[in-house]
Amino acid sequence: MSRSDVLVSADWAQEHLGDAGLVFVEVDEDTSAYDKGHLEGAVKLDWKTDLQDPLRRDFVDKEQFEQLLSAKGISNDDTVVLYGGNNNWFAAYAYWYFKLYGHDAVKLVDGGRKKWELDSRPLSDAEVTRPATQYTAKEPDTSIRAFRDEVVAAIDTKNLVDVRSPDEFAGKLVAPAHLPQEGAQRPGHIPSAVNVPWSKAANEDGTFKSDEELAALYADAGLDDGKATIAYCRIGERSSHTWFVLHELLGHADVKNYDGSWTEYGSLVGVPIAKGA
Amino acid sequence: MCGAPKQGGALAGIDLSTQTVIQGSVWHDGAPVAGAYVRLLDATDEFTAEVVTSPEGEFRFFAAPGEWKLRSLAPVGRAERVLSAEVGLNETTLAIA
Repeated sequence: MSRSDVLVSADWAQEHLGDAGLVFVEVDEDTSAYDKGHLEGAVKLDWKTDLQDPLRRDFVDKEQFEQLLSAKGISNDDTVVLYGGNNNWFAAYAYWYFKLYGHDAVKLVDGGRKKWELDSRPLSDAEVTRPATQYTAKEPDTSIRAFRDEVVAAIDTKNLVDVRSPDEFAGKLVAPAHLPQEGAQRPGHIPSAVNVPWSKAANEDGTFKSDEELAALYADAGLDDGKATIAYCRIGERSSHTWFVLHELLGHADVKNYDGSWTEYGSLVGVPIAKGA
Repeated sequence: MCGAPKQGGALAGIDLSTQTVIQGSVWHDGAPVAGAYVRLLDATDEFTAEVVTSPEGEFRFFAAPGEWKLRSLAPVGRAERVLSAEVGLNETTLAIA
């Protein structure tokens, strides 16, 4: 696995729009972004209504994922090219789902929607429909998903990477600063976690930093190459961005995303919490 | 929810006795800039959050009291401003030269 297998440039994406066997997929929290204009031919996934179970706190199961991709017209043989807003947070989150359900041919557009817009590249408001397919997913690959008990067991044992902003890590904020500061959880972080904000892995235009810069970033933060790693944030989307960097770009073998993240951990009874920088 | 809420609009439902709201708009050439990326950086210049401006050029953050920096990115250019926020409403303008 190398960078070119998992990441494509905006130039490449623009040249390959409409190619047979490629499906461009925009993933946003804010579906109005897609509706204002999207890459020509791209379909939309809503991270909340399409990717989350409507009742339980969990994401879509294998059957729901199969139904979703079938309805969107994505087949097992397609290469899925993901992009989105928020510096690709939610596109990286969807990327992780595709890998979890065994879809190997999936890539991210470097810089996502932001770089595309800052470059003033063309957007389309034409409605996109694709004929339905019969998509078959594999059983979920839990080697890339961490659950709460293994996170508690990982304290002082595995690498724990908290990718939230320094103020969230310190316990000063309980949510990213574009959201109201509310919620029942206790502020702080998991003991022994290092704070490497996701944003340090990205340039201002949303593109990923070079492999050399990324390797130095996590080495300087004290990540032990010989240990397994669990990344977390508040709800698991920013940590998908870091999971992508560590597992897909840098090729670390054992990296899990803890999608329960702080909203789960910070609400657990009796677990240890650390505060401060 | 971690999604970017709609920017601008009324402050109804926001408790200004507890929230530290930083809001304002981005301007260029005498007109508001829609679709600009505005990021909030903390006192150490570390990224804290980013939003996209509304059709009226507005942005809004929920921060904490202290020193902050706002930086806007748009195809027409960039702007930056430092501000000191307190609990309640903190309003500012970013002008792209």
